[in-house]
This record gives sequence, structure tokens and C-alpha cells, in this order.
Amino acid sequence: MGKITMTQALNLAIDEAMAEDDGVFCLGEDVSAKQGGGVFKVTSGLTEKYGEHRIRATPISETAIIGAAVGAALAGQRPIAEIMLMNFVGVCMDQIVNHAAKLRFMSGGQTPCPIVIRTTTGVGVGFGGQHSDMLEAWFAHVAGMHVVTPSNAADARGLMRSAIDANDPVIFIENILCYGLESEDPGEGYRVPLGKAAVAREGTDLSLITYGRTVLDALEVAGELEKEGISVEVIDLRTIAPYDEETVLASVNKTGRALTLHEAVRPFGVGAEIAANIQEKCWDKLKGPVRRIGGTFSAVPFASHLEQAWIPQKSDIAGQIKASVGKS
Amino acid sequence: MAEIERDKLLDIYTRTMKVNRTDEKFRELLMQGKVAVMYYCVRGQELVSAAAMAALDDDDYVVCTYRGQGEQTAKGIPIKKWWGECLGKATGTCKGKGGTMHITDPDTGIMVTTGVVGSGIPIANGLAMASQNNGDGRVTLVSFGDGAANIGGFHEAMNMAQLYKLPVVFLCQNNRYGEHTAYADHTDSPDISSRAEGYGMKGIKVDGNDVNQVYPAMQEAVDHARSGKGPVLVEAMCYRMMGHFFGSDFSYMPEEHIAEMKSEDPLPKLRKVMLERQFTEEELDKIVADIDAEIEEAVQHALDAPLPDTDEIYKDVLEETA
Repeated sequence: MGKITMTQALNLAIDEAMAEDDGVFCLGEDVSAKQGGGVFKVTSGLTEKYGEHRIRATPISETAIIGAAVGAALAGQRPIAEIMLMNFVGVCMDQIVNHAAKLRFMSGGQTPCPIVIRTTTGVGVGFGGQHSDMLEAWFAHVAGMHVVTPSNAADARGLMRSAIDANDPVIFIENILCYGLESEDPGEGYRVPLGKAAVAREGTDLSLITYGRTVLDALEVAGELEKEGISVEVIDLRTIAPYDEETVLASVNKTGRALTLHEAVRPFGVGAEIAANIQEKCWDKLKGPVRRIGGTFSAVPFASHLEQAWIPQKSDIAGQIKASVGKS
Repeated sequence: MAEIERDKLLDIYTRTMKVNRTDEKFRELLMQGKVAVMYYCVRGQELVSAAAMAALDDDDYVVCTYRGQGEQTAKGIPIKKWWGECLGKATGTCKGKGGTMHITDPDTGIMVTTGVVGSGIPIANGLAMASQNNGDGRVTLVSFGDGAANIGGFHEAMNMAQLYKLPVVFLCQNNRYGEHTAYADHTDSPDISSRAEGYGMKGIKVDGNDVNQVYPAMQEAVDHARSGKGPVLVEAMCYRMMGHFFGSDFSYMPEEHIAEMKSEDPLPKLRKVMLERQFTEEELDKIVADIDAEIEEAVQHALDAPLPDTDEIYKDVLEETA
């Protein structure tokens, strides 16, 4: 089948969903052909196929974008709304949190809200404090949504199809640094179910639970540590919320040790929730405290060496694992 | 301006009185302590809601606010379910999980009722966008107050609606107060409707207390939107004759304002028009009596209805929990 990048994977998933269902349409800033098919080209080529009504380039109006997506979803359509960069969700949180996430519940099940909110972010690109944050914990804290992020192109294709199929809002986070990653193309109609983690690497000494770009770091560190006789199991959550508790707990019950890792800042993060859950449910099997690694608790800095220092370091990941297994 | 047809006038009167009698009954129940819930009175704004709903088709979409009783009952929501919801009962439109501020009944086109000022305006665009996408010919009407015109989403939504020529009517019920703040203390420009021009949109300002003004204006706006010419911003001037919500203080309203709104009360004015158009006192009283009987039955039904099961808190969170 050949290889595809994550950008191509997302484009193919959206394309095939639009071909199958007239109710699927995209809206967002710069998404149509006139603007080049999105700043990261994910919607490239789709205007030519489906027209400007289904690839709607919007004004810079995040509240109006998500509001329109909510309304269209209430009328039975399946909008894919793009918020160009994740920090901009601050502009439209009311529409996401008070409306998209709650309308199924508040209507007693009458008005589900099937929206995919695509958004891009990531540390390490030199975008500074207002274009880089990983804000998944904000959404994971709200009932009524799925929060998803792929770490590779094949998962991106499969998760996007499942996100469009879902009858509830999905926050779909795309890490800028992952757009160019290549996978074997899993082919048309491929789906990765929401709420299902992947064991990205099997191991026996420690469960390293992560998602998104840091899966790459985790796999690299796990590969290095194998040479030192430490066997790390890497869990790629893929869906951050509601996450695959079964896979996570089974892994920790097997290894007896756990480390959570994400690019987002550590305090009150996704790792804290998972760590607390592991300690409640795997207490008898744990050989030590669950450890957590996250980004530095400050704004993402601009200068390259500061930004690199801000990101969770591979040396720190390795150090924490060694300390956990008693080989530091 | 052409005279409103007699049948349509009767329809508007009936809808208006439905709204008013529902409001009176709600306040009575609250005063008697028979129910204790948040309720945002619509006294003074009945006619605007009724005229707007009378201008729509049955399958048109409506988005309203916590002060949405007028649109909901005038659009024809089944009142047993409406009262059930307001009283937090299992028989409610939303199984008692939405409440007075979040009434939804897609069958009558009440698509969302928001408790966040101004939030419905961008959502209305989406409903209209769906209609534009699938060509179903529906119009979406979103109702909001003068206070909502100062929220950022208003501006974003107005611009977007005009850009795409969406079939939507923005109905600003200018009741001259945003919560406790008088219009002049939150907005310096003399009206909201003139903002339409800034978006390249059609704007209409109308006396919401005069049926002969407000209904033709609503009809014009709905026709304009449905014809594909784009959205319309209608500003209907009216008065909120009670506090922000039931029981809230409104001593901040100056005496002159209260005197002015009493003299402009839409109900005696509408009654006068009806009599001028040769409807009899008996006919009009009979309509009100029938509405009252229907409301009594619905209220009793709601009072007697079961509470939602406690496990409803786990349901309808995601599809998997439906």
C-alpha cells in the first residue's frame, strides 16, 4: 500500500468520510482551496472535490466557528471544525464546554452533538507561549467529550474516521511535529476505535504511559534501556479521555511500576489522574510510587535552548525509570 | 402596510395569551410556594415572542435563552412536557435534566435554550448552515436580549451569517435591561439594529408592543431569510415588566420607567386591536379560559409526575452511556 504521512492520513480519512456522507463538512480558518487548504494542508484538495459549502473558510472567529459546528450538529450534520492552534480554544471555550459537551445530557439525550474539533499544537517549533500549549487536561475534565491524539500516521487515519463516526464531540489534537511522520498506509475505511490504547512496546519492568509526540521519546528511551537490561512497556493512550483504563491497569498489574509522561505541564495534568487511579486500583501490585513527568510549569518559552529545556527530557525519562526499578 | 389577516391576528392573540397565562401561572405557583425553581419572567414581552413564532413555519428552528418561555410555548411545545421539565420531573422534555434554562424539544423546533447570555447566536448560524447545506428551506430564529448584543460572539456570528447569507433571523428583544443594568448604562449607541449596517446586513427596529408593527416586521425578516437574501437583525423594543428572575429585586428601575412600561403594556393594546377588528369580548375570553384549563391540567400532571431516577445522572453523558 505504501507509506503516508500523518497529514496525508488525516486528509484521506476526512476525504473518505465526506465521500460517504453528505452531512460531513469542514469549517475553519484558511481551510479551503483559496487559502491553500489549511495552514498545515490537512484539507488540501477537498474544496475541488466537495465545493466551498463543505469546505467552509471562515473569518477569524473561533466562537462563531464552534457555535456553527454545534448548531449544524444539532440539525443532524457532522461538522469537522478546525481551531488552527490549540491555544485559541480559549476564545471559544463556552461553546465547547457549556454547549457541545453538555447538550446531549441537558436535553435528556435528544440532541447529541457529533462534532470533531481538530486542533494543532506542540512544543519545539519556536512558536512561543501562545501557540504551543497542550491543553488536553482542560477537556478531559469535562464530561461529554472524547479527547484524542495520534502518535503516528496510521493511527491518525483510523482515529479520524472513528472521530467522525462518533455521535459526541471529539477534541482531536494534532502535534505539529508529528505531521511529517510516516506509516504504512492502513488503507481505506481503516478505523482505530476511540477509547482503545495501544501497547506500543511490550515490557515487564515498568509501564510508561503516554500519548502523542512523547510516544516517540518513550520508545527511544525504552530502546536504550533495553541495552541496560530494563524492560519498559510503552502504552500509547491514543484516546486521552475517556481513556482505556483496562489496558493501563493490566499493564501496571503486570509490571508493578508506572511512569506517566506528557508534554503538557505536570500539575493537575492527565498523568496525575492516571497515577491516582493506578494507586487506587493497583496498590497491592505496585512496587513503588507512580511517577509523573510533564512539561515545565511555566509558559512555553521562545528561545530555542529555553524551549528545549522546557520539554520533558529523554535523560529525565530514563532517570526516572532507572530510579523506579532501583537501578539509578 | 397591509392589515394583518384576521386568522393570523387570532393566531397571534392565542399565542400571546398562551405565553402570558403560562407566565401568570408560573408566578402564582412560585408565590404559593408550590414550586421553587429559577424562573425568568416574560411579562411584557409576550407579544414579541408570539409574533415571531407566528411568522415562522412549524418546522423552522428556534434558539432561545433562559427567558425563553415565550418562544417555547408560542412555538407550540407540548405543555405537559414543558411543565414537567420546569418542575424537574421525569415527564419533562429533557427528563428533568435540563430545567427552566435548558428546554429542548426538537419536534417543535426548539433546538437549544442556553443559559449563557449570547451563546445561542453562533449556534443559530450552525442550524441555518445545515439548512443551507441540505436545502431544506428552513429558517432559524434566535432570540436574545439587548445585553447579549455586547458579547463577542454576537459580533462574530453577525459577520459570519452575513458572509454566508445564512437563513437566520436575529431577534433582539430589547427590554431595556441587561440583567440589572439599564440599556443606557451598558450601551451608548441609540439602538442595536443599526449595527446590522456595519455587517452589510438588513436591520429592522420595531415597536414590540404593537402587533401591527411587530408582526409585519417579523414576517418581512423571515421572508427575507428564507428567500436566500441572507440574515436580518430585528430589534423589537419592549419592556421586562418584572425583575431579572422571579423574586429578584427590581427597585433599580426608576419610577418613570415603570410608569412608561405600564402605559406601553402590549396586552391591553392587543386586546384593543382585537376588538377593533370585530372579535368579541366573549370570543377572546373563551380563548383565555381554554388556555387556562389546558395549563391547569398540565401543571397538575407535572406536580403528580414522578421524579427522574437517580441513575439518570450517569446517562446521556456520551452515546455509550445513553
